This record gives sequence, C-alpha cells and structure tokens, in this order.
Amino acid sequence: MQEAMIKRAKELLADGTVDRVIGWKKGEFVYDHTPAVFTSAQDIEENFVCDELTSANLSKYLVKETVREGKVLAFLKPCDTYSFNQLVKEHRIDREKVYVIGIPGGPKLDIEKIKAKGITGILSVKNENYTLKIDTLYGASEMPFYEAVSEKCANCKSKKHVVYDELIGEDGDVLDSGRFETVEKLENMTAQERYDFWRSELSKCIRCNACRNVCPACTCEKCVFDNPSSGVENKAAADSFEENMFHIIRAFHVAGRCTDCGECSRVCPQNIPLHLLNRKFIKDINELYGTYQAGENTTDKAPLNDYKMDDCEANVVHERGVE
Amino acid sequence: MQVNENKEFQPLIVAFCCNWCSYAGADLSGTNRLNYPTNVKIIRVPCSCRVNPMFILRAFQRGADGVILCGCHPGDCHYTSGNYFTRRRMTLLFGMLDFLGIERDRTRVEWVSAAEGAKFAATMNEFTEAVKKLGPNRRLEDLRCRKQ
Ligand code: FES
Repeated sequence: MQEAMIKRAKELLADGTVDRVIGWKKGEFVYDHTPAVFTSAQDIEENFVCDELTSANLSKYLVKETVREGKVLAFLKPCDTYSFNQLVKEHRIDREKVYVIGIPGGPKLDIEKIKAKGITGILSVKNENYTLKIDTLYGASEMPFYEAVSEKCANCKSKKHVVYDELIGEDGDVLDSGRFETVEKLENMTAQERYDFWRSELSKCIRCNACRNVCPACTCEKCVFDNPSSGVENKAAADSFEENMFHIIRAFHVAGRCTDCGECSRVCPQNIPLHLLNRKFIKDINELYGTYQAGENTTDKAPLNDYKMDDCEANVVHERGVE
Repeated sequence: MQVNENKEFQPLIVAFCCNWCSYAGADLSGTNRLNYPTNVKIIRVPCSCRVNPMFILRAFQRGADGVILCGCHPGDCHYTSGNYFTRRRMTLLFGMLDFLGIERDRTRVEWVSAAEGAKFAATMNEFTEAVKKLGPNRRLEDLRCRKQ
C-alpha cells in the first residue's frame, strides 16, 4: 500500500493538482513515525512511510495547512475522515484546498503494548501472518499481532470513509463495536470505586497538554488553559482539583464534537485512558438525546447546539446513577 | 461545662440564579418572610445558560460544598431558549462529575419562577440538608484555596 500511496502522491505533485503532501515521515526509530508535509517527489521517495505504526490522525494539521496558498494532498484513514468532516463543518478547514485520498485504516499497533512485554531496543517490527516479528538490539522476538493492537483500533467504530476524493484500497462499513464497554463497567462501580480509579489515573497527569494539542476538535486559537491568570495553567502538587478540572473541561469542550478518534489516549505519555472521558459524553449523548456521531456528515446540528422541548431534566443523572 | 457544643457541619452552598425568574423568586421568598438557610450564597446571572461549566468547578474549587443552578421554567426563559441549552449542558456535566466519582448530590438544577418564592425556600432547605448529609466537599477541592 505504501508504494501505491507514494506513486499517487508523486503523480499528483507532478501534474500540479496539489503542491504539498501531508503524510507520515520516518522518525529516529521505527516506531516514531511523525506527521510531516512533503513538497518534493524526492522527499516523498526517501522519507514517506505508511505501515502499522503510522497511527497519527492527520486532520488537525490541515487547519494550518489550508490557510496557506495552494492545495494539499492528505492521506486519511477512515477514522480521520470523521475528524476531517467535523473540522470542515466548523469552518476550520477549507475543503477546496484539500485533496483527500482515503486509505484503509488499521489495525494499527501500539508500541507501548510491545514495550510492555519487556521488548526493548526495537529495530524493526514486521507483521507476518498475524505474528509480529520484532527485531531488537538483543536479538529477535515475536508476539501475537492482536496483543499489540492499539485500543482505538481494537474498538474500531467504522471502516467507512465519510469523505474522500479518491480511494486507495476498499471502503468498509460502520462497525458495531463494543467501545462503550469500559465506560459501562465504570458506571456500574460505586462512586468510591470510580473516584479511586480516576484518582489513580488522573494523578499521573503531568499537564503536558499533549492531549489538548493533538485533539482534532481542540482548534481554538486561544485556549482557557493557556490563560496565565487562571491559576490552573500548570500542575500543582498534591491537589486533585487541577487535574479534575483540566480533564473535565477538556472533555467538556469537545463534547458533541469529539469523533472518538482516540488521539488523546494515544499521545498521553502517562497512558491515562483519556478517551474514556470523551466516550462517557458520547454515550450519554447517544442515550439521552439520540444517537449522534460527530463528523459523520457536515450538516447535522451538534447535540450541544441543539435542544428539544421534551429533553430529560438534569436529575436523570441521579436516576441513572449507581450507589 | 463544654463551650464548643455547636460544631455541626455548615455547608457552603452556591446558588446561581437567573436574573429574570429565580432571582426574583428568591426575592419573593424574602418578602414573604420564608426561611431558607444562610448557607446559601446567591450569584445572580443574566440567564441560566450564562453558567459556564467552569463556574461550577470554580465554585467547588473555592470551597463550595454544593452548587445549585436555578433558572426559569423551560419555555419561560427571558431569552427564549437559554435554559434548554443549560439543561443539556448541565446534564452532561453532572453526569461527568458522577463518572469521576464526585458525589452527584452536590449538584442540582432547579426551575424556579418569579412567583415561586415558596418553592425557592423549600428547594434551598432541602438541598442544604442533602449537602449537609454528605459532609464537606473533599473530592473536588483546591487545597490552596482552603481558608486557614
Ligand atoms: S432568563 Fe431565566 S433561564 Fe434564561
């Protein structure tokens, strides 16, 4: 697939359809492919990469890219097309300036899951018949492919591209995944258990803001968390308020707009399952106000910009709660 | 003889009241000489939908033990639809607080019209009692803001 993508990118660059390409670039290690903008065929030939470890969502980069002159080619996985659509809907991306090529999605691998097996000094990762052959500094090792699949791909919500100009590979379907299972499990715990769970997770937060910076729904030019007089712009030790506040507000600001792309959890250096907060909102919205998938199209009204006369009252929270 | 007998926990309640209905309702309960606890501190807002989720969290940060949000009855909002938005927002926010294990009885939304002085007083009495039972807010407090 990588060859097909490179070939197509070079063609489109050569015939002038686009003058930049956004894709993934090889990093220092095999597992840190980073999003990058390519402007020459040679650069693409040398550095372009797309494999099981290129999981970054490229949609957000288009916000800055489409402000510039000229057209840009973007390779989008199915889940990225949802973020793309959502950004088009919010007028953050100029659709005219992007040429979207849909590429098949995952399953992508989570390097942390490989490292968690005690495999270090990784030189290369190859998937052979769903067994990962991992070459390391200390010799070869292997593990089953599915044990290393990232959370977001294991709970894939859709293999369908909701927007594209052309496709490489085939389009899939919207899937019925069990992505709300963990949320449900938490909901069924007692308040004390939930509190303990989230304390142990959120107290790991170092306020690096990576989750906010990577989130395709967080595109405000000015962010509440950057306000130096807010008193919450950095981490305070031994204080539960800051972390709670940051994570509640972060999730709240994208409620109804979050497409559940899972980038927040992927980039978290502390491996906090942040996507669960977003999923809680999505689950509540689906259950209380009707099923809604952000980014599915560019026309539906977002649930928090909308209301019905006979919406439930806020005390449903009490009625639905577990003691 | 003991001096400090009266050590019962007195919660601090912050009530956001919309200018057009609930604030007037609070006023009415005053002119009607109805009692409601002095624990309740009212903050007047133009409309219930003026209340940003951050306000609620801030109130907890600064030491509130319970936060109640009062607005016009659905359909009666001075700005036509403000409280419908409030309703969705707060439902989600309170659901999230509950999800994080912060006691859901510390938060409430109540619709109080300008004519419902009695309802205002009753609501506040009831809410203060509920929060009193829960004890001080420990799960969402900011230690730096604690009064010495
Ligand atoms: S003015 Fe009372 S809720 Fe809007």
